[in-house]
Amino acid sequence: MILNDEQKAILDGAKGEVMSKVMQTVIRYGELFGAERLVPVTSKYNHLVTSFGLKMMTPVFDLMQQLIDAGVMSEQKFSADPRPLDPNVPKNFLQNLIFNKFMYSKQDFYEDQLKKLGLMDDNAFTCACYMDEVGNKPERGDILSWAESSAVVYANSVLGARCNRNSGIIDIMGSIAGYVPEFGLLTDEGRKATWIVEIKTTKKPEAQLLGSAIGMKVMEDVPYVKGLDKWLGNELDDAACAYLKDFGAATASNGAVGLYHIDGLTPEAKEMGEALIKEGARVYVIDDAELQRVYDSYPVIWKDKDATPKLCFMGCPHMSLEQLKSWTERIETSLKAAGNKKVVIPTVFTAAPAVIKEFETTEYAPRLKATGVIVSYICPLMYMNNPLCGKMPVITSSNKLRTYTTARYYTDDEILEQITKGGKK
Amino acid sequence: MKVFQGRVVAPGNITAEAVVSHGGLNTLASFQKALQFGDKTATCGDQNNPDLYGKQMAGKALCLPQTIGSTTGGLVLYCACAMGRQPACMLFSQPIDSLAGAGVILADVWLEGASMPVIDSLGAEFLDYVKDGMSITVKQDGSVEVG
Repeated sequence: MILNDEQKAILDGAKGEVMSKVMQTVIRYGELFGAERLVPVTSKYNHLVTSFGLKMMTPVFDLMQQLIDAGVMSEQKFSADPRPLDPNVPKNFLQNLIFNKFMYSKQDFYEDQLKKLGLMDDNAFTCACYMDEVGNKPERGDILSWAESSAVVYANSVLGARCNRNSGIIDIMGSIAGYVPEFGLLTDEGRKATWIVEIKTTKKPEAQLLGSAIGMKVMEDVPYVKGLDKWLGNELDDAACAYLKDFGAATASNGAVGLYHIDGLTPEAKEMGEALIKEGARVYVIDDAELQRVYDSYPVIWKDKDATPKLCFMGCPHMSLEQLKSWTERIETSLKAAGNKKVVIPTVFTAAPAVIKEFETTEYAPRLKATGVIVSYICPLMYMNNPLCGKMPVITSSNKLRTYTTARYYTDDEILEQITKGGKK
Repeated sequence: MKVFQGRVVAPGNITAEAVVSHGGLNTLASFQKALQFGDKTATCGDQNNPDLYGKQMAGKALCLPQTIGSTTGGLVLYCACAMGRQPACMLFSQPIDSLAGAGVILADVWLEGASMPVIDSLGAEFLDYVKDGMSITVKQDGSVEVG
């Protein structure tokens, strides 16, 4: 890799041994993927995927402490993924004990480390950091050193920023170095599509089901999706952005997609159109039958497959303000039709602390509270990351949560039916 | 016996028994429970991986196309190496992905003596040929003897 004088000096120890190791990490990471140079990180803020004080992550805390002790800091402040704990979310005595005394016993310690390393503010914990209310929204063309698969795919695809699917720890290394290696999704060539996905469904496809199908098919490749603008329109309004947030998270977690283009909608597709498609791109046609096939392929791994759901999580990734409002209306309408006043399954909607704060200033907040739905800033994935959840029948419309936990996936309409009317197992 | 040649990502000589994932290895889903709850054999917890689910990964020659899923993947691999619960080696049929690559580099730069040879670009034929339980020998030059 070709290094400039500053980069060479840092590598040679001009800023100390720890900083040299940071630079070595970034360079070796780039060399592995054929990067010929490092390019400056240009976004205002960084985003870290690691927000959880899991005891198993002690090696990560040790590494972070090395950075703090050496005074090796980034010039960027950062947001981080959601907190794993929220006292408002239902849990039993045993779960409470395991969460606080065993699993997340390092939470306060780690949050203190994050503050020392440059956390944007005490509540900058969300996977959807790009929400206007949170304020970590890169500009088009910005070079990022982010991790968090759902945020990276959103920043690349919807915002037109440039970021590789960096791992946790690499995210902070690039930010501290001030440089990231130029390869993959940072290059024009790496942003071209090697798959054409043709949407031929008879109704608007479920965002997280469509994303799952595409992710499992194209894996880490870049898909160019045709026919979705028919259902989403040609403007990135709040509803389209919320759809793409959920769609992208599913492509990234069910596969390894870091960038997608939506014909006629996302910025690069609008500007360059089919010139973004590489010669010889493969074609994947998605119709109603294909979505049903994918849906039917999901394993149900509850201990009792016929159990009555005990908890419902919505918001992985975190919900937008628009989603909180529209779901308030949907739940009210469905409850009324069912003759119920409150949801019949304990239900948690998750969103960024800053989005929740804004939501609470609207007339929707007391209306949602009246339905019995709990609004939380928690990370449902981390909540479910324990052996007790294997016995706990949790339902969700998040395909990311389904992938990483024992939660059972249902479409939005099915979730609405279950939480407002019940009776379905 | 068949010999495959790949690219050396992290060098080393080792012989171990194969476990094979034909689909992408979801690192977080595969390792999280094992690392969290003291499973020294690192039993794969990924329900969506029928090839590996419930099988031991620590100390095995883990054969796979690439890793997929959450961008915690690299740090999960780093933690597995730091805790001594990593596979004996990782053998990728495709070029290594950015998450696994990060984990391997992080372990190599920041951990003392957490050795895990890693070879990539072994080709599709490698994954077609190798089966669970086969003996695998990895050599310093990136050659991989199977069977």
